[in-house]
Amino acid sequence: MKFLGLVWSNLKRKKVRTLLTLLSIFIAFILFGYLAAIRQALSQGVDVAGADRLVVRHKVSIIQPLPASYEADIEQIPGVAEAIHVNWFGGIYQDPKNFFPQFPVEPEEYLAMYPEFLLPEDQKQAWIKNRIGAVAGRATAERFGWKIGDKIPIQNSTWTRDAGQSTWDFDLVGIYDGAEQGTDTTQFLFQFDYFDEARAFGRGSVGWYVVRVEDPEEAPSVAAAIDETFQNSPAETKAETEGAFVQGFADQVGNIGAIIQAILGAVFFTILLVAGNTMAQSVRERTGELAVLKAVGFTDTQVLRLVLAEAVTVAAIGGFLGLAIAWFMISAGDPTGGLLPIFFFPPEDLVIGAVLVVGLGVATGLLPALQARRLRIADALRRL
Amino acid sequence: MFGWFSQVFALTAFSVQTIWQRKGSTAAALFGIAGVVAVLVGVLSIAEGFRRAMSASGMPDTALILRSGADTEMMSGLSRETTRIIADTEGIARDGDGALASAELFVIINLPKRSTGTDANVPLRGIEPTAFGVRSDVELVKGRPFEWGKNEVIVGVGAEREFRGLELGGSIPVGRERWNVVGIFSANGGIGESEIWTDAGVLQPAYRRGSSFQAVYAKLENPDAFQTFKDRLTTDPRVNVKVVRQTEYYQAQSTAVTQLITGLGTLIAGLMGIGAVFGALNTMYSAVSSRTREIATLRALGFGGGAIVFSVLGEALVIALVGGALGAGAAYLAFDGFRTATMNWQSFSQVAFAFDVTPALLLRGIFYAALIGLVGGLFPAIRAARMPIASALRES
Repeated sequence: MKFLGLVWSNLKRKKVRTLLTLLSIFIAFILFGYLAAIRQALSQGVDVAGADRLVVRHKVSIIQPLPASYEADIEQIPGVAEAIHVNWFGGIYQDPKNFFPQFPVEPEEYLAMYPEFLLPEDQKQAWIKNRIGAVAGRATAERFGWKIGDKIPIQNSTWTRDAGQSTWDFDLVGIYDGAEQGTDTTQFLFQFDYFDEARAFGRGSVGWYVVRVEDPEEAPSVAAAIDETFQNSPAETKAETEGAFVQGFADQVGNIGAIIQAILGAVFFTILLVAGNTMAQSVRERTGELAVLKAVGFTDTQVLRLVLAEAVTVAAIGGFLGLAIAWFMISAGDPTGGLLPIFFFPPEDLVIGAVLVVGLGVATGLLPALQARRLRIADALRRL
Repeated sequence: MFGWFSQVFALTAFSVQTIWQRKGSTAAALFGIAGVVAVLVGVLSIAEGFRRAMSASGMPDTALILRSGADTEMMSGLSRETTRIIADTEGIARDGDGALASAELFVIINLPKRSTGTDANVPLRGIEPTAFGVRSDVELVKGRPFEWGKNEVIVGVGAEREFRGLELGGSIPVGRERWNVVGIFSANGGIGESEIWTDAGVLQPAYRRGSSFQAVYAKLENPDAFQTFKDRLTTDPRVNVKVVRQTEYYQAQSTAVTQLITGLGTLIAGLMGIGAVFGALNTMYSAVSSRTREIATLRALGFGGGAIVFSVLGEALVIALVGGALGAGAAYLAFDGFRTATMNWQSFSQVAFAFDVTPALLLRGIFYAALIGLVGGLFPAIRAARMPIASALRES
């Protein structure tokens, strides 16, 4: 540590080059942050899907409704703890671009099924009591600047009300938070009873079911049992774990996500390669100085450490700064203006990033450092 | 004046010829810039290809009629009566059999992707015989048309390529039945190629839609007839519909995906561009510093400061343009025509398309490279010109 001053003055030797190398590394790690966040966003929360939850939909496609009577049938199947029904509402708030999912649900059942949706008890009670009450996730509420007590009008041309009206008015009585970073807080939830009584058609049918199984290990066999129950009925089902269901949606985006990630990955490593090359070059240029250091009594190991410390310092300053700025930029929101509901820098990737920073320093410093250690004083001084 | 130009030219030629001596750092900057351009062009070609698939679908003389308030076919619904009133409206082109208006159903069906085996929402369209008159670009490339009233389908070439069971002779499971694939069609690269088509009359009972439809596609007498046709329908008290041009409809449908890709693409390319500027700066600074004595000698011989600045800038520009051309070429080879499918969230269904590296994109990439080169060369150039001659000559 006492040679920190020496490392520092070596770095100041060519200030512009050091600064530029540092900035390249800085940019590379900002890119790394976005790479991680985009991967997370495109996987749409597979990581946080409940292992004990199944999604049961119509076999032909999810837009086909299922009979409401299936709920009781599903709950009879051994291994099933609870089943709830969900509908896709698909309404528009002010502009078609303002997309967020809206589900008519049974408040208590739904919140029990999704314990990661954190709604204060008084707001929950207010929701249950208010027939036209609705709760929104934090992300959606903040996006539109909603406050509890606001009236939220939603247009829907598919689900019109009995009177033929396409506007549905809701009282916002609660805002839920996510228990984890990846929890979807873009949903807008309202009472199924209000929806079912008011809708002009389709009563007695639901969109899909969410089922909690008693033992996550048994989930595949319970899913098979559900599908078997409704085999050869007019509405056959497809049951799968929530993880598989979400993965299925993520897969629909297809290899575009993979291509963007591959590109980003390639870029990240190219920048590192170029920066690493510059760092190694700057050590090679100083062969003579290193020989002098050895001549005045520095040991081989001390020289090795000195060179390594220099590389690690540059990598650490650039890299950690990059990771920090990436974290801030990503927290500020996604670059597409609300199209990616889940957008954050996953903590585990932050750790990987930190490891890469140190790895970069060691990798770029090691070769010149070893050369520096092996350096024979007489040879090196003669080269001057 | 002429002397000044010849100075710039001589110096630039000299710098460029000696690049080989600085090949390490030059190559780093060159590949850095090539990478930026390749990525910029590559990512934007995804958005470009998607947009092209969507825009190739629309004809300016074709109108799409949906229920008022509906933004997509999926959200729309029209009764049989309404579709008849629409077909009888003045302004629609006619052929021997009657008005060129096709009432259609638009639903999705879950089919596994060939690439991953996972389910995807494939659009399934029920059409009327007039549909082929409305869409003149549809052409059967294999097999035969489906028979009306039978459980048969024809499949777009894009859908055939992306999803299992859609090859000629294959079949799709609908409820307890299997519907046979009897033909494959192309639609001029448009979105129809991502779809499966069948008789609307067969699809209605299978999806429990009674006698209702979701949209009417109508070919108008000419593109200018749109406004009067639209006014006529929207003021008709018997129906409650909205009328859009097909071109505008598909353009609106593609915004989410193109916005997503261009948003990400621009951000990535922007960050990378900054990184490449640093790389170029580094290269040019070291080029200038390794030639300190040489530049000082030139100044002593009487070459002007301006000529020195432009020669350094010229060298940077040459490196950038070569890098940019390499990157653009690589992107063209790697991405142009690459076929894939993705989810179009607005229609909740899959769209098959090919990446499209357009000349405009290539130009944009090379322009971007030149910009990086100029910014990266400017400061080192100024430094080179400002070097005090006497002390620089003494430097080793």
